[in-house]
Amino acid sequence: MIVFDKPKCLKDAPMHYCPGCAHGLVHRIVAQAVDELDIQDKTIGVAPVGCAVFAYNYFDVDMVEASHGRAPAVATGVKRADPSRIVFAYQGDGDLASIGMTETVHTAARGENLTVIFINNAIYGMTGGQMAPTSLPGQITQTSPYGRDVNTVGYPVKVCELLATLEAPYYIERVAVNSVKNVRRAEKAIRKAFQNQIEGKGYSFVEVVAACPTNWKMKPVDANRWVEEQMIPYYPLGVFKDKDEQK
Amino acid sequence: MATKKLMKGNEALAEAAIRSGCRFYFGYPITPQTELAEYMARYLPKAGGVFLQAESEIAAISMVYGTSAAGKRVMTSSSSPGISLKQEGISYLAGSNLPAVIVNVQRGGPGLGGIQPSQSDYWQATKGGGHGDYHLIVLAPSTVQEMADLTVLAFDLADKYRVQTMILADGTVGQMMEPVELPEPVQKEYDKPWALRGKGNGKSKFITSLSLSPEELEQWNINNFEKYRHIEETEQRAEEFLMDDAEICIVAFGISARVSRNAVIAAREKGIKAGLIRPITLYPFPKDILRRHTSHVSRFISVELNMGQMIEDIRLSTDCCRPVSLCNRTGGVIVTPEEVLAAIEGGK
Ligand SMILES: Cc1ncc(C[n+]2csc(CCOP(=O)(O)OP(=O)(O)O)c2C)c(N)n1
Ligand code: SF4
Repeated sequence: MIVFDKPKCLKDAPMHYCPGCAHGLVHRIVAQAVDELDIQDKTIGVAPVGCAVFAYNYFDVDMVEASHGRAPAVATGVKRADPSRIVFAYQGDGDLASIGMTETVHTAARGENLTVIFINNAIYGMTGGQMAPTSLPGQITQTSPYGRDVNTVGYPVKVCELLATLEAPYYIERVAVNSVKNVRRAEKAIRKAFQNQIEGKGYSFVEVVAACPTNWKMKPVDANRWVEEQMIPYYPLGVFKDKDEQK
Repeated sequence: MATKKLMKGNEALAEAAIRSGCRFYFGYPITPQTELAEYMARYLPKAGGVFLQAESEIAAISMVYGTSAAGKRVMTSSSSPGISLKQEGISYLAGSNLPAVIVNVQRGGPGLGGIQPSQSDYWQATKGGGHGDYHLIVLAPSTVQEMADLTVLAFDLADKYRVQTMILADGTVGQMMEPVELPEPVQKEYDKPWALRGKGNGKSKFITSLSLSPEELEQWNINNFEKYRHIEETEQRAEEFLMDDAEICIVAFGISARVSRNAVIAAREKGIKAGLIRPITLYPFPKDILRRHTSHVSRFISVELNMGQMIEDIRLSTDCCRPVSLCNRTGGVIVTPEEVLAAIEGGK
């Protein structure tokens, strides 16, 4: 169990997320980064369509809610309007890697100086557990009731690997939040993704391999184990691109 | 007197946008609005603004959404197929009361259609276009001068009412060259306390079109329609030509109105009492102006470059108290003065 003091930039509103859901934890990590970097006053967040659609009820920063998949384009509009603001998009896998894949790739390709937080829970949470672009081979979902058949619907998309082929992105890392050790790495990565933006370094992307116990139909502990045993082997954690290291 | 400059309609519109204080433009290439985007690419950065070629019309309108949420004057432009893609974002702008100016330099449809001038997006522009209950203010320029003047108005109305304004032009007006007197740079700034600039020391704000409570969403729509009703009462605009004693009234906008004007002059030379009402606002439709003339008009003719779309608004505005006929071409074919004259004479 990981316990935090409530970060300043989270509101008091109780979150609507299910027990064991990664969204609440990642909200805290994002809020903590904003607190530590002392940027609450100038941060503007972009909420997705997905379970995190109400993120604006939780983050105590200015927020705008995008249409499904368009958060990076909306974030681009906000950032271009005033580059002195710190702008982040927060998105699920259906939002970011399916309907919004175009916006995702091109925002990265332009090297927009903003921060994207990607919650990969291998499922469509909000709509009740349909197959996501990141659902694992063989994974049973509402729309792959016999398991994801890679021969007919192909393989899950590895977004970090894909974006890392682009020239412009500054920093791309995949983390998880299923253990204390992994949470510490996630905190560091997310803080860095904001720090990069403050320093004007460019596009920073953090994928969080995350649990959706409800739609995986698992207890939270089992979901965390599934992250460890099934998801992480397919979605290896680590840094895929960091221009700091290339210097 | 200010000097006039020879410009293409699309360029005059772009320059007027810059002079209206628009410093942000997002768009995706498409004919026949090309010159507009290219003008912005060239001159907006020089004015300290941002031109960004988006990856699609969906992305472009979403960028508009973000920039408008940040409180800035922002514009996008496209042509018919691209405007269809923007409908998602336009609906979200409407659902969030975010001002924006959207230009549609129409071409023939449906589908990929053609690239020649058309007015077949009338329904899409005036009846909502995207999902949900909302209206755009729709302005229809018929000269290069109006491409400039209505752009200034479009930004003003968008900010004044927190609505989305569409300039519904067509390929002809966009491409033609005419002398234009460019507007003076606009100084007036609207206070936008709702804009997202970071919370600073104040309370954090959010902008969303989401409302899961049916009662709240209903009330939101009712309130929004109060605004549309006010707009319908106060913002109707039309030009009247030889209407004082007209017995046959042509209703036409944009390029069709220019053609119709010549037909009306020719009819008058033949002793026929014809006149022209040229809607400048398509939404709100200038119904009060039409109604004012029903006492002396015996019939209306709708001249449009589509299969007959505006004709429905003419019938509704006049409660079908006079016959309304259609004189139209479509697919990129432009109606001729002879065809309009024949329609005027035909019903005798
Ligand atoms: C244009 C559009 N298509 C579909 C939907 C329905 N929808 C809402 S959320 C969602 C998927 C959310 O899944 P994901 O992005 O993985 O986020 P999660 O809920 O798992 O956090 C879908 C398809 C929508 N709101 N808008
Ligand atoms: S459905 Fe899944 S993603 Fe959504 S709140 Fe519940 S656990 Fe989280």
